[in-house]
Amino acid sequence: MSTLDDNKILEEYSEKEYEAGFVTEIESDVFPIGLDEDVVRAISLKKNEPEFMLEFRLNAFRRWKTMIEPEWAHLKYQKPKFQDISYYSAPKNMPKYNSLDEVDPELLATFKKLGVPLDEQKVLAGVAVDVVMDSVSVHTTFKKNLEEKGIIFCSISEAIQEHPELVKKYLASVVPAGDNFYAALNSAVFTDGSFAYIPKGVRCPMELSTYFRINQANTGQFERTLIVADEGSYVSYLEGCTAPSRDENQLHAAVVEIVAMKDAEVKYSTVQNWYPGDKKGKGGVYNFVTKRGICKGDNSKISWTQVETGSAVTWKYPSTILKGDNSVGEFYSVAVTNNFQQADTGTKMIHIGSNTKSTIISKGISLGESNNSYRGLVKINPKANNARNYSQCDSLLIGSKCGAHTFPYIESENPSAVVEHEATTSKVSEDQIFYCNQRGLDTEDAISLIVNGFAKEVLNQLPMEFAVEAQKLLSLTLEGSVG
Amino acid sequence: MGKTLLKIENLNATIEGKSILKGINLEIKEGEVHAIMGPNGSGKSTLASVLAGREIFEVTDGHVEFMGKDLLSMAPEERSREGVFLAFQYPIEIPGVSITNFMKAAVSQHREHKGLEPLSPSEFLKLMKEKKELVEIEAKLANRAVNEGFSGGEKKKNEVFQMAMLEPKLAILDETDSGLDIDALRIVANGVNKLKNSENATLVITHYQRLLDYIVPDVVHVLYDGKIVKTGGKELALELEEKGYDWIKKEVQV
Repeated sequence: MSTLDDNKILEEYSEKEYEAGFVTEIESDVFPIGLDEDVVRAISLKKNEPEFMLEFRLNAFRRWKTMIEPEWAHLKYQKPKFQDISYYSAPKNMPKYNSLDEVDPELLATFKKLGVPLDEQKVLAGVAVDVVMDSVSVHTTFKKNLEEKGIIFCSISEAIQEHPELVKKYLASVVPAGDNFYAALNSAVFTDGSFAYIPKGVRCPMELSTYFRINQANTGQFERTLIVADEGSYVSYLEGCTAPSRDENQLHAAVVEIVAMKDAEVKYSTVQNWYPGDKKGKGGVYNFVTKRGICKGDNSKISWTQVETGSAVTWKYPSTILKGDNSVGEFYSVAVTNNFQQADTGTKMIHIGSNTKSTIISKGISLGESNNSYRGLVKINPKANNARNYSQCDSLLIGSKCGAHTFPYIESENPSAVVEHEATTSKVSEDQIFYCNQRGLDTEDAISLIVNGFAKEVLNQLPMEFAVEAQKLLSLTLEGSVG
Repeated sequence: MGKTLLKIENLNATIEGKSILKGINLEIKEGEVHAIMGPNGSGKSTLASVLAGREIFEVTDGHVEFMGKDLLSMAPEERSREGVFLAFQYPIEIPGVSITNFMKAAVSQHREHKGLEPLSPSEFLKLMKEKKELVEIEAKLANRAVNEGFSGGEKKKNEVFQMAMLEPKLAILDETDSGLDIDALRIVANGVNKLKNSENATLVITHYQRLLDYIVPDVVHVLYDGKIVKTGGKELALELEEKGYDWIKKEVQV
């Protein structure tokens, strides 16, 4: 592709957008709606990517065009119109308001309940911040700390520029471009995300992203994350934010890949609180995520912990491929659905190496008229001698119009495997609520307490600070659930 | 004589249209211990539930005043915060919620209601320790989930412990003696006795006289077919033990 062509593409898109009547000054940074090969090329060009990335994207796009959207999940929704989406908009850090007084009071009330610090509230709500935030200096200090240990932690765009050899080696090594419909789409059009590399024998001294989360807002709807833990390293990575995201994008299709080499351990924690739609089920984010890790080397470990309270539709199965001998995979999940939310979530544990071990603890909580499904696969390959799995799937129902479903799949091709599965379904009873009432708790507090107790095993897996926030978030999600 | 704490006038209540309480009158003053006895199905537990605000019962007539306020117009949690405590006959399990966390939530609601600041974690733990010792429960019990896998005795001790934590004005013990062996009964009764003072009152609902050997009542009422048919001193309980309830039934029918 010549430079002339490149410029033409960019020009064309800028013009189109102008025709569409955008009046903001940064108009040239937003592509018009629609998706074809030229758009993919334009994204790669905008981001000044090396040739291998363009090839990667185009290859993914071609694969995507041949694929159809999966329909097997226990979900009902209007399929996104992929040609009605704009696939590139430069990160906008333009403040929307001059002070907090202009922000929706309901949003501020929510921040207050979650205990979000004032400065952080401003950033999240899009208010101009004129003082240098504490977190910025914190950011710098920590970045320096990480660099000293040789840890790379940056945006994926930056990694593509600065560490192309690492990106080339590991990108799509766990989730191939053509893995599934949404992963293919993500591979073709992702605009940003995070990259972390922990060198051999290094124990990452802090939870990655706790101090950076403000800066991570606005990463767009197709996020790409790649974490590589080299031999004998350890990292705990936190994704997301408990504060509600008022994201206007309807479709979110992220891809997260984790590689754990010999003796390495990665702990990945997520709190997801995207807009779930209103009480009648209108609007809300579609969250179609592909998350997968590989325990590549012997004695490695990947642990997923997730607290899912947001999104109108969630389709998400953080999975682990246990390739190395003695490797360990864990999945701890709390998924809450309220009103008309739908979640189809679970995990896949693919046992390949000998003496591999996996644990699955899933807690689904359904309220209102929502539907909550656990879907999980435990696969024991023929060579996985003495593989072990323990799965526990508990569902809690609040009210009588919601649904809880469990779809466990077990495929064992090795007779030495031990696979255990336990499932329970319970309801929050009138008796429990009355008992709490009698001790002075109102019904909302009672339900919140009961739900937190139900989810305790999973919440305990979260890093301390995150766990406290997650508890508050659970309570908040349950608010108004009692009628 | 203390001030009137609870005044029940002509209380009538039904469940699913079936009449259970048929005009109860009862007055309890500060510093008093009242016992309500009666045969199965006479309405004893219903009275406890109605006072605590259980919604499945419908109050069809009557009035209940608690410390000068209209009790029946309050939500169950308000009644608790105002000082009404019910020790459950069958305490409920709340899996995954430790007694410590459960009590922390309850105590802060009670304090907030009184306009007090929440206790600091160390103050709270100190209070827990104090009350655990007072009612003689094992320290480790508080780390377990509320009533989950508890024995009958542990459940009842836990009720008395919660009562100690919340320091109610009126404690209603609903068949607290049921399912207790003699040692547990003694511990539970001792706990209740230690919590008594001149400003609170206890309403003991029981089937047998046995508990009243330990918690000695000032007044004994006999409930039969939804009405209090006889009231007397503590000797009435002994008389009932000796003669059984048939004697009362005959007296009422005459």
